[in-house]
Amino acid sequence: MSTVKIPPVLRQAVGGERTVEVGGSTMGEVLEALCAQYPAVGGQILTADGELHKYVNVYVNDEDARLLQWIDTPVGDADTVMILPAMAGGAR
Amino acid sequence: MSPSYQDLLAAAREAIPEVEPSDVAPRVEAGDGPLIIDVRETGEWDQGHLPGSVHIPRGFLESRIGTVAPDHDRELLISCASGQRSLLAAVTLRDMGFTNVSNLAGGFARWKQNNYPVQVPRILTPAQRSRYSRHILIPEVGEEGQLKLLDSKALLIGAGGLGSPAAYYLAAAGVGTIGLVDDDVVDESNLQRQIIHTTDRVGVNKGESAEEAIRALNPGVQVNVHPFRVNRDNVLDLLSEYDVVVDGADNFPTRYLLADAALMTNTPLVHASILRFEGHASVFQPYDGPCYRCLFPEPPPPDLAPSCGEAGVLGVLCGVMGNIQATEAIKVLLGIGDTLSGRLLIYDALGMTFTELKVRRDPDCPSCGPNADLQLRDYEAWCAGVGSHDHAGATA
Repeated sequence: MSTVKIPPVLRQAVGGERTVEVGGSTMGEVLEALCAQYPAVGGQILTADGELHKYVNVYVNDEDARLLQWIDTPVGDADTVMILPAMAGGAR
Repeated sequence: MSPSYQDLLAAAREAIPEVEPSDVAPRVEAGDGPLIIDVRETGEWDQGHLPGSVHIPRGFLESRIGTVAPDHDRELLISCASGQRSLLAAVTLRDMGFTNVSNLAGGFARWKQNNYPVQVPRILTPAQRSRYSRHILIPEVGEEGQLKLLDSKALLIGAGGLGSPAAYYLAAAGVGTIGLVDDDVVDESNLQRQIIHTTDRVGVNKGESAEEAIRALNPGVQVNVHPFRVNRDNVLDLLSEYDVVVDGADNFPTRYLLADAALMTNTPLVHASILRFEGHASVFQPYDGPCYRCLFPEPPPPDLAPSCGEAGVLGVLCGVMGNIQATEAIKVLLGIGDTLSGRLLIYDALGMTFTELKVRRDPDCPSCGPNADLQLRDYEAWCAGVGSHDHAGATA
């Protein structure tokens, strides 16, 4: 089981949790398992074709998955997958 | 019999080699001379000194030499006004284990008589020395760094959650000119976090309110109030007047506008954003490190990117993140330390964790990549439209 870090905007979709443990041997499988368990997450981060939206950054440990093997990046038990959408808040 | 002053000098001359100005001047000019330590008093140093020399008043020699010269085998040349105080200082350094110490014969007076170059420092006023004394004591800042800050100009986008603490601390630090861009007025609901404003200034423009607070804290700071929104027509003129821009905006169009304008004007951008208990921070150094679009090529749709006004924010989180921005801005202005360039710092106040992610330059970045066609666009329309045409490759 890998740890998925959930950003504040998606926490409601996973019952308020900040991290969720899911299985899978690649980043894509981990996110698939997450979306199967919490369909509301899929509605936010996946396109109609089931692909990750371009505005969703995914990190495996501290590295941008786009620079690894994207959804095929291997993920083990000790790894953390972080979903990271940009945040805008600052002034108001 | 106890030794007299003359006896001490005579003994020191036996122990410490003396160097004539004519021996060392060519090396100083070529930039490969010894590390010159000037042990005179501050008033004397301020009148002029050897170029590149370091000032440690005799009374602080033992306590400060370690930071200035950590290597005990480094070649040191000690100077004072006439070569006597420096001779005794050299003995002290030799006793402290410095192996390569010599004395400047005839001191600064003989150096000057021979018409070798003299550096006259721009100096802080006594009042500035007192106000910034805790900065001056830090070797990485010092009087030189403080003068640099006083000459610096920082532009803050937003005088709100992030801009309040950032502006306050940058002003306290003596950043000489602070620009505040905000078209909004202080609202009672701002005061839970926007600490530069006050209850009796509700209804006042945020820039003007912040100016009043800054004037009370540090009247030496020039505040430029820009009571409008930053937009395509004014952003380039605005940024080109400043040395660093601190992004505390509350919306994506402004953030992407700033990111592109920072590249176009070659202005370092200190980024932070906040929501609820979580903060992001980074530094974008144009064409040297990644830019904002290398990190976030496209903004998320509005439902994935609520504002603090919609989703809330812990007041004190603004203080932490705004002060991280102030810290990074000061480092950028002074050119010291390792900034957050190439890293995204994520602060989770609820778990009290700091996480760092690597951010790399994207070779295909539509803003800073080699094939980018960088021009200011209609960011409002672009941000609003992105969610509906996700794979359209944006509108680079």
